[in-house]
Amino acid sequence: MSDIPMDCCESHTARGLTRRALLLGSATFAAWAYLPKFARAKDGRDPRFVTIILRGALDGLATVAPVGDPNYAGLHGSIALSLDGAHAATPLDSFFALHPSMTEFARMYKDKKAAVVHAVATPYRERSHFDGQDVLESGFGGPGRVQSGWLNRALEAMPRGERVMSGLAVGPTTPLVLRGAAPTVGWAPPYIPQAADDTAMRLVNLYNHRDPALAAALSQGLQIDRIAARDDSMKPKRGMNGAAAMRLAAKGAARLMAADDGPRIAALAFDGWDTHANEGGSVGRLAQLLSGLDGALAEFESGLGERWRDTVIVVVTEFGRTARINGTEGTDHGTGTVALLAGGAVNGGRVISDWPGLKVANLYEGRDLKPTADLRGVIKGVLRDHLGLGERVLAETVFPDSGAVKAMQGLVV
Amino acid sequence: MARDPQGALVALNRFGFGARGGAASDFSSAASDPRGFVKAELGRPNAALLDAPGLQSSPALAQAVFDYQHDIKRQREAAAKTAQAMAAIGDDLTRKMQNDLPKELAAESGLEMKPGVATSTTSPDVMQPTASPKQPPKPLNIIQKTFRAEALARIQRATMAESGFVERLVTFWSNHLCTSASKGELARIWSGAFEREAIRPYVLGNFGEMLRAVEQHPAMLFFLDNQRSFGPQSRAGQNRKRGLNENLAREIMELHTLGVNGGYTQDDVAALARIITGWTFAGRDGKLAPPGTFTFFANAHEPGPQKLLGKVYEDTGLAQGEAALADIARHPATAKFIATKFVRHFVADDPPPALVAKLESTFKKTGGDLRAMTLALVDADEAWHAPMTKIRMPYEYLVAAGRMMGRIPEDPQRYLGGLNVLGQPLWAPAGPNGFADTNAAWAAPEGIKLRLDIASQIASRIADNVDPRALLDVVAGEAASTETRQTVERAESRQQAFALLLMSPEFQRR
Repeated sequence: MSDIPMDCCESHTARGLTRRALLLGSATFAAWAYLPKFARAKDGRDPRFVTIILRGALDGLATVAPVGDPNYAGLHGSIALSLDGAHAATPLDSFFALHPSMTEFARMYKDKKAAVVHAVATPYRERSHFDGQDVLESGFGGPGRVQSGWLNRALEAMPRGERVMSGLAVGPTTPLVLRGAAPTVGWAPPYIPQAADDTAMRLVNLYNHRDPALAAALSQGLQIDRIAARDDSMKPKRGMNGAAAMRLAAKGAARLMAADDGPRIAALAFDGWDTHANEGGSVGRLAQLLSGLDGALAEFESGLGERWRDTVIVVVTEFGRTARINGTEGTDHGTGTVALLAGGAVNGGRVISDWPGLKVANLYEGRDLKPTADLRGVIKGVLRDHLGLGERVLAETVFPDSGAVKAMQGLVV
Repeated sequence: MARDPQGALVALNRFGFGARGGAASDFSSAASDPRGFVKAELGRPNAALLDAPGLQSSPALAQAVFDYQHDIKRQREAAAKTAQAMAAIGDDLTRKMQNDLPKELAAESGLEMKPGVATSTTSPDVMQPTASPKQPPKPLNIIQKTFRAEALARIQRATMAESGFVERLVTFWSNHLCTSASKGELARIWSGAFEREAIRPYVLGNFGEMLRAVEQHPAMLFFLDNQRSFGPQSRAGQNRKRGLNENLAREIMELHTLGVNGGYTQDDVAALARIITGWTFAGRDGKLAPPGTFTFFANAHEPGPQKLLGKVYEDTGLAQGEAALADIARHPATAKFIATKFVRHFVADDPPPALVAKLESTFKKTGGDLRAMTLALVDADEAWHAPMTKIRMPYEYLVAAGRMMGRIPEDPQRYLGGLNVLGQPLWAPAGPNGFADTNAAWAAPEGIKLRLDIASQIASRIADNVDPRALLDVVAGEAASTETRQTVERAESRQQAFALLLMSPEFQRR
């Protein structure tokens, strides 16, 4: 029965086309492809850049602990990490030690493929998650200014090419950091069977006539699914916890980014870092989350294969947490925290910090780790040295009005 | 009155949950008097209350959780004893850690939604996403059972309501003043009860009263950790060396009332946190009150007057916090924040300033009368003439699909699974700011693609006696565009036509 064409379809343009044909026909998409400047340069580098946003404000003092600071243990109390005991922190140098659940990051660090920037913060100094994330992701000096993100504007500033797809947003919604004029594609681990190509094309056709915004969204959603070929290992399992979900998202993103014509740039957001109570120290809730993040970094390493050597992953959060634990074995919203860098192109094996100290007099407003580095400088350093963006475009477009914030030197090999 | 098809679409979709299929003639009713159709539900006494058989109060549910946890503990102890295994300690620790993580991925994994019109030849198991080898299903524990019963009661009410406007108000307020089921076992079992007890009685009442009910509800105190916040100078704080937790105080001002630019400082946050120390709920020992009820624990309350937003509140115990909340609820910044969010939800991502000003002024004049503010919205021409640019959120979308099919939902799993896939797990937003209320969140590429997959899956289960063309008339009547009508008519199968109908702009936009 299905072989007989229905006579009502004589004028239907979509009939008989495959989804592939539809995608190849969407010229606008190719026009919005980007090629990092350094691709095909003399060293053959084909750079990949990933930013991972930890939503909820990561406790930097629990992730990379200043065990050498005489005030640390007292302030962080029962959740402070130490170099002794059953779950001892991993020393990174004579002063800082890494949370014991981050074994992969520790290995990368030892290999000089991972680095830490400590006492870092965006320009935001208040304590609202949502405004903090707005500043972190928009790249502006204050919250609520724009509906576009610094990574999207960085994409726009890159030379356009034919082979390389636009930025990849992992998850059912696009994080602000990647929203903006440059189109992006989204991908999430497939949970359900996919609709038939023919149905999708008819719908694109309807949207093209009646609802351009939905037409654009659907076309991009379809295109990215083509590249993320169905794969059983990509399917979420029953009973999967947050750590496994982080790994899965990273695995899918890495697969897409490893392809020659895949996206070069991606953004992921992981929730759940708001540790007001029962944060846990070397074991517990934060430990579980950090182990998920650690696993995600390892998935990128293995999934990107050869391209790992051209990769920089920057892990950021909207702000830190109070230096002192609160009344409920947790920490409240603070300011300074860490940024983590990982990837074959990272000039690693270092904790980069102008350490402000944890004496109460040195704390920001008497409660938070005082920021001594601007996160924008860290990201600028990577965008400049890894993706080839110019100082001026970084200072004026990607992070507007940030001329005074210098790009950090030497983060990339 | 002249027939107004476009007005009907606004009445049904912008304000309501979409037209019902079956015997109802919602589109015609709405087209003959759009405003009257929307307002009809507001006039019903106790329109928002939900009292389905078997749903229990928060204290009863807390007792059930405590009993359940006690049973589990006993079973574990027994097992540990028999095995005499040292490893049990490690196990327990692992399990504890897992319990702290979001559970919705694990807990609800039935992913398709049942159209429920007629039986399908496809075995239901074929639709299971993970296609895992068949195992006898584990019996549900009391928390899962309760969550599903609460979910089902809510979805059934939304599916059967006439326009669904009151239920839309409930979802708005429940999201504005949200808790999250992923916080832990108590939060999960209380999700529905919180909404029934602290939101529903007030959606057409007074905002200040809703605020007090919410901030004193055990579910909120638990979600934002206030039961563990102690006045540093209080007797209990001194004895236990415990201190403040600012979480609830901060979110009250930032998210529930004044808004982030509402003119408060970090000192105000700390002051409010001190003011509401002692706001807690009774634990399993029931020393202070029956387990799971709100109680004021005077020993944990920070003594002395507190200065908040420029005003000094004397230490009158519980009344100190109630006075502070009442003032915050009436604050001009609150009126502005609430009106803006309300208009953003119902009308446009960028709320028309004149309409916001109208609602803000009603809110101020009436001291936060939410029925008056709601009526001001429905009476405003701007709310009817603004273009339908918003996309339905996943919950609205799935409920609208169920309504169109004209069947009462029987299995909440299908809805819960669909909501998880589409990024709006029921009663479990990622943070205390609730789910986003903009197209940027819900009309993104991956979201739309997933919606299409869900629509196809729903469609694959409809029977051959369903006529998608008739359903298009149910949904949009003569307001349906020529292109949508043709797309539905020319589809190569009923199932495809149905999927396209579910994805059409008339069904998605509001």
